[in-house]
Parts: sequence; C-alpha cells; structure tokens
Amino acid sequence: MGLGITLLFRSINMFLVLFSTILITVILLGPTLDKLLVDAVRNQVIDEVNQGTLKFQTPEERSSYVNNQIQFRSKTLGLDQDSFNPSKLVHRVVSVMTLDLGKSHFFTSDYGSSNVRDIIIEKVPKTLLLFTTATILVTIIGIFLGAYVAGKEGSWWDKFNSIIAIFSNSFPSWWVAMIMILVFAFTFHIFPARATPLSSPSDPNYIFDLLYHMTLPLITLVIVSFGSWAYIVRYFLINILNEDFIYAKRTMGISKRKILYSHALRNAGPPVATAIGLGLASSFGGSIITEAVFDWPGMGKLFYDAIGLLDIPIIIGLTYVGTLIFLVTIFITDIAYSLLDPRVKGS
Amino acid sequence: MQKKLFLGLIKSRRGIIGVSILGFLLVLTAIAVLVIPFDSYRLWNDPDYWINNPKTASPFWTSYFGSKEFEHVSLDQNYAKTTSEVSEGIRVSNFIFDVNIQADNFPDDFMFLHSVKYGEVPPVLQIDITRPDNNTFTVYYSSLPTTNNLNNTFTDRIFSTNNNIKESLSQYQSSFSFPISGFDPPILLFSDTNKPQVLHGTYHISQKFFLFDNSSRIENVGVILGGKVFGIMGTDDLRRDLFIGIIWGIPIALFIGLTVSIFSISIGLIYGVVSGYRGKKTDEGMMRINDIFYAFPTLILLILLSITFGRSIFLIILILMTFGWMGTAKVIRSIALQMRNYQYVEAAKLMGQSDMKVIFKHIIPQLLPLTFASVAISVPGAILAEAALSFIGLGDPTLPTWGQMLHDANTADAASRGIWWWIIPPGLMIALTGLAFFLIGNSLDAIANPLRKQNKKI
Repeated sequence: MGLGITLLFRSINMFLVLFSTILITVILLGPTLDKLLVDAVRNQVIDEVNQGTLKFQTPEERSSYVNNQIQFRSKTLGLDQDSFNPSKLVHRVVSVMTLDLGKSHFFTSDYGSSNVRDIIIEKVPKTLLLFTTATILVTIIGIFLGAYVAGKEGSWWDKFNSIIAIFSNSFPSWWVAMIMILVFAFTFHIFPARATPLSSPSDPNYIFDLLYHMTLPLITLVIVSFGSWAYIVRYFLINILNEDFIYAKRTMGISKRKILYSHALRNAGPPVATAIGLGLASSFGGSIITEAVFDWPGMGKLFYDAIGLLDIPIIIGLTYVGTLIFLVTIFITDIAYSLLDPRVKGS
Repeated sequence: MQKKLFLGLIKSRRGIIGVSILGFLLVLTAIAVLVIPFDSYRLWNDPDYWINNPKTASPFWTSYFGSKEFEHVSLDQNYAKTTSEVSEGIRVSNFIFDVNIQADNFPDDFMFLHSVKYGEVPPVLQIDITRPDNNTFTVYYSSLPTTNNLNNTFTDRIFSTNNNIKESLSQYQSSFSFPISGFDPPILLFSDTNKPQVLHGTYHISQKFFLFDNSSRIENVGVILGGKVFGIMGTDDLRRDLFIGIIWGIPIALFIGLTVSIFSISIGLIYGVVSGYRGKKTDEGMMRINDIFYAFPTLILLILLSITFGRSIFLIILILMTFGWMGTAKVIRSIALQMRNYQYVEAAKLMGQSDMKVIFKHIIPQLLPLTFASVAISVPGAILAEAALSFIGLGDPTLPTWGQMLHDANTADAASRGIWWWIIPPGLMIALTGLAFFLIGNSLDAIANPLRKQNKKI
C-alpha cells in the first residue's frame, strides 16, 4: 500500500468513526433531548400566557390555548416526530457536524452568549494549552530520561525508573491530582486549589493569571506520566540497541554515547512519535476528570458540569468537538509515522 | 503448560509480591464478610445507619502525633449505672454515665438518646451533668411529647444544637469567670470555669426520667459525644466509617475487574484468532472494524451510555466489556497469523477438520497461558475505568466503591479542606489492587508471550 492509499483509508476510517459516534450520541440522547425541548416549549408558552395580555374566560379555555400552542410549536421544531425517525436522526447528525449545535440550557460564554458553539470555542484553546504543554514537557523529559536509563540497562536508575512507571500506571491520575491539591493548596498554600482564574477574561493580566493557575495542573500531569514515558522510550531503545547495525557501529569504534543519542534515538523516532500522538489523544479524553478536579476552565470541566446538569446540547457538542480533536490527533500521528518510518513508504 | 505457568508465577519475585497482595486483599474480604454487619454494605448511603458516628473525624492514631484529640464516646444502656425509686407515686429512673475526659480539645457535638414506652401522661426528662469541679449543670428539662397512640415507643435524640440546652446553660454564667455567650454547649459543658479550656476528669451524665404511670418503661438510653478521632480511617461528612467502606470496596473492585477483563479478553481472543486464522478478506474486514472500535473515544461513549441507561453496576460492566477487547484482538491476531502456518495446524486442516474445530481445539488451547496473562494485566484498567466513571458521578450510587468514595470526597471539597483520610486510602487501594494484578500478569506474560521471547538479548 502506498502512502496515498493509506491516508485515504485513514481518512475514510476517521470519517466513519466520527459519523457513527455522532449517530450513536444522537440515538442515545435523542429521547432525553426531545423531552427537555418539549419541557422548554411548555415553560415558554406558560410564561407568555402568564405575562402576556391575552385574557381567557375560563380555565379550560386557557389550558386548551396552552396545549394548542405547545403542539403547534413542537410541530414546527419537529418534536412531534419519533426520536428515532431516520430523517430526523440524519438531520440532527448533519446539523451537529456543521457545528449547528443549538442553545445551552444552563451555560453561557464569557460574553453572555448561550450558543453552544460560542461556549465550546471559548473552552477549546484552554484545554489544548494545558494538555499540549504537558505532553511536550513529558515528551522531552521522557526521551532524555528514557535514553539515559537505556544506556544503563539493569542499573539502579533503570530499576527505579521501572518502579516509577509501574506505580504511575496503577494510581488514578485524578487521585494524584487531589493529593497535589491537598499538599500544595491546603498544606503549603503555594498554588490556588481552584484553577479558574479570578480576573475576568477582558483583563489584560488575564493571561498571566491563567498561567499561574495552570501551574499545579501542569506539574501534576507531568508527574503522573513522565515515568511511564521514560519506560516506553527505554523499551524501544533497548530493542534497537540489540539490532545488528548497532553492533556493527560499535565495532566501527563509534562511542556508545553517540550511538545511543544519535543513531538509536533516531530509529526509535517513529514508534515514539506514535506513542506521543496516542498519549495526547487519550489525554484529551482524560481531561474530563483532570479538569474537573482542578476546576480548570476547559472543555473537560464544561463536560463534567454539563453531565451534572444534564445539559444535552452541550454534551452533544462536546462529544463532537472532542471526538474530532481525538481523531485529528490520531490522523496526524499516522502521517508523522509514515513520514518518519522509511519502511512504510517502501512496502 | 498451565503447571509451568503456575510454577513460573511463584518463582518470580514480581509474581510472589503480586500473589501476596492479592491474598492479603482476599483475607480482608473474608474478614469483612464474617465480621462486619452486612447492613453497613446495604445501607451505605443511608445517613440514619451512621448517625451514631462522629462527623468528619480523623483516624484515631492521629492523636499519637500532635495534640490529644477528643476520642469518640458512644455509650448505650449497658454502660449506665441505673437507680430507680418511687416517691409520692412518681417513679424516677436515673441512668448515670461516667465519662473520663483527658483530651486536649472539645467534642464536636453531643447527643442524648432515649427510647421510652409510655401511656397518656408523658414522662419528664431531666439531664444533669456533674463535672470534675463538682459543679452540676442541668442541661435539659422537658416533658416528652403527648401521644394518642398508647403503648407506642417514642424514640428521639437530643442534639447539642437543641435550643433547650442552650437556654439552660445560659443560666450558669455566674459559675464562669468569662463571658459564655459566644460559646456552644459542647465547649461550655466540658470547659474550665476560668478559661475556655478542657477540664480533665470524670463527668457524670445523668438522664433522669420521671414516670407518671405504671405501664411506662424505658427501653433504651444512651450518650454520644462526637469525637474528632474515630476508627482506623476516620469518618466522612455523612458520618460513615471509611474503614468499612474501604473493606467493602475490595470485593466490588475484584468483581468488576475480573468480570470485565475475563469477558473482554475472551472476546478479543476469539475475534483475533478468527481474524488471523481466516486471513485475507475476513482478516481485512475484521481489522477494519477493530480500527473503528479502536478509534472511538471510549470514555465519552461510556459517559453517554451511563447517562442514557442509568447507573447500575452490571451495565457499567457490560459497557466496559464492549470497549475492552480491541487491543487483545490485535495482539492475538498477529500470533494467530504465524500459528496457522505451524505444521500441526496445517496437518489438522489437511485432515479435513472444520475451521471452528481447528480454532477451538488446536489454536486457542495454545494461547490460553497468554490469555491468563492478559486477563491479569487488564484488570487494573477495568478497575480504574469504573473508578473514573464513579468519580464523574456516573457510577452505581448504591455501592461503596472506591471511586464513589473519591467522588463524594471531591464533591465535598475534601482536598482543599485538608480531609486527607477521605482521599488517600481509596486511591491507595485502587493502586494496590491494580499493582497486584499487574505484577501477576507481568510475570505470567514473561513466560507465556511468544512475542516477548524475540526481544531477549542475544
């Protein structure tokens, strides 16, 4: 398979996953969404009747007017149809995929819009900022630490690193986050317990405030994952160090250090890049809990709050945007792998 | 092969550590089932069940470091000295509790419990406390409510926040040399008269009932002084004993972890073998489906399914199973691709055995050791996933799982309030259980995984 065909297959795969995720979401949440929308229509009609100038002779007349209005408006919104009506489902999926996400019931953006798209667009950069920074830091630490312990296979440093890796895989990262808050916010008062900045977004110092509040979540994300990162890098490197061409280089008299950091590390590039991409992609999924614990004002926190209040439009919108980011990250990883690994091009 | 696997497990150091941790957890579970009342599991979320415990108390051993904290006191009728006398037709039953207080700080709150059976004329209850400095304070004096329902037992508890208590104590300003208006009853009752500091010594708490008819009977009395320390692991905001929750969490976590991993690994095994053995178009198609499942954002789907279908533990297990088989399927497929060229497999095929028979009789038995290893390795993931779901608030709310406890802790802001005993133990238990299975799986994998042998040093 050539690179072009691989990419084509990947794109089709990506689109299929995206479409079916949204379809599943709409099927799962459709009935609840319809019920909430009808409730909203009812409240709206009753509000209008209570505050409006319409006069009714009898209570029956009033209730029949209300019921008629509810039915009429439900019909124009398509709420009288069954939630699983195929055309309705397709219509919903298409409108979600074109970012026509409707209005939130409980949330507003920083500038007061209750449009789901506006709210989510505001949150995306914050999530990307936190998790991309964390991934970059972890990658740098992981590669150097991994290369270091790979060069000293079997030493105490190597064993210590393996132990850290095992432990950081066993602990839930959000639990570590709670411990970090306990230590750095409660016991030592170094960082704030809540990561939502207090100043308003229009404040010129907002960005510094945001960065200060980001420190504790960032440190935590690095602490929980650098160990297993170094372990992965070490694993790939040791595999490569056992290959024949490395032995050949050794016999040519090239120093061990140079082999490790230049030849072996370059060859470990493709799998490490894949691991970075997959790690980044799954960390966006994990952001729901991490952000909720730290109160970091990103997509994850919004998702967490929306689950609590059952704000369906927000949940659907975030599912779409989250899946999209997830898939695009995997897609880019695939391309990076193909470009880095000469074998993929050749065969 | 299975025997070799077992021997290998107890020969490697990792294996031994893993098996010992698992054994320790199983012993704790057995103790829980035998010793702890089952109601504590069933009524975990019922605040009434836990009402006799102190609120948000730290573990008892914290008293050994730092100041001596007030230990929880909970006394029932058996601890009381009982006297009964009749004068002028009135029966007076007196229950005296002796409490020795040596702590450096005051109790959080106190409660007086009583349960009385009486007729038309309600009894009168008087509570006096005689202190080590020989002052006697009448804390409470009131009749029980009248009842129309004869022969009914009236059960009540008088809290330290009761207004009657506050008013009664305000009469004793003359006994104190500092203004008492700003202090709550739990402090005043046990305070030195010169300064608001604990007065050490023995307190006699008397609950005196004046009974006006013969049919009246005291069924139960009790005193509870809410401590700042309680039990091995303290209590949470709902007064639940966290140690009991931690212990009940073990069987639940093991059940979730093992069920999810056994079923999802089995699905992955069969899927992978079929895909790898059949090869060609079947393989292509099945791996495409695998890719699609692989790319699904699992946690988001888990959340959506939990929102829609409710929050039962079995549903969570089912959902976790549905999205847990893809990795295994990929690994098993690559092994099956090699295995179908083995001579005995080809021989079986040439003898005309059906694909199903070859798969289930010749290929899968060879893969069982690896399957055991994969089951053990994937247990921690399942436990973590359930904990994560519970933590978001989508777990089964009726069960004391560790994730649920951490969810409650996070909702109550335990981290920024410094309630470490609510946060540290559940997380450690999740990690410990995960570690046990990881170590077991890792040592099994070292024996059973054919892919790993290739990586050995030359």
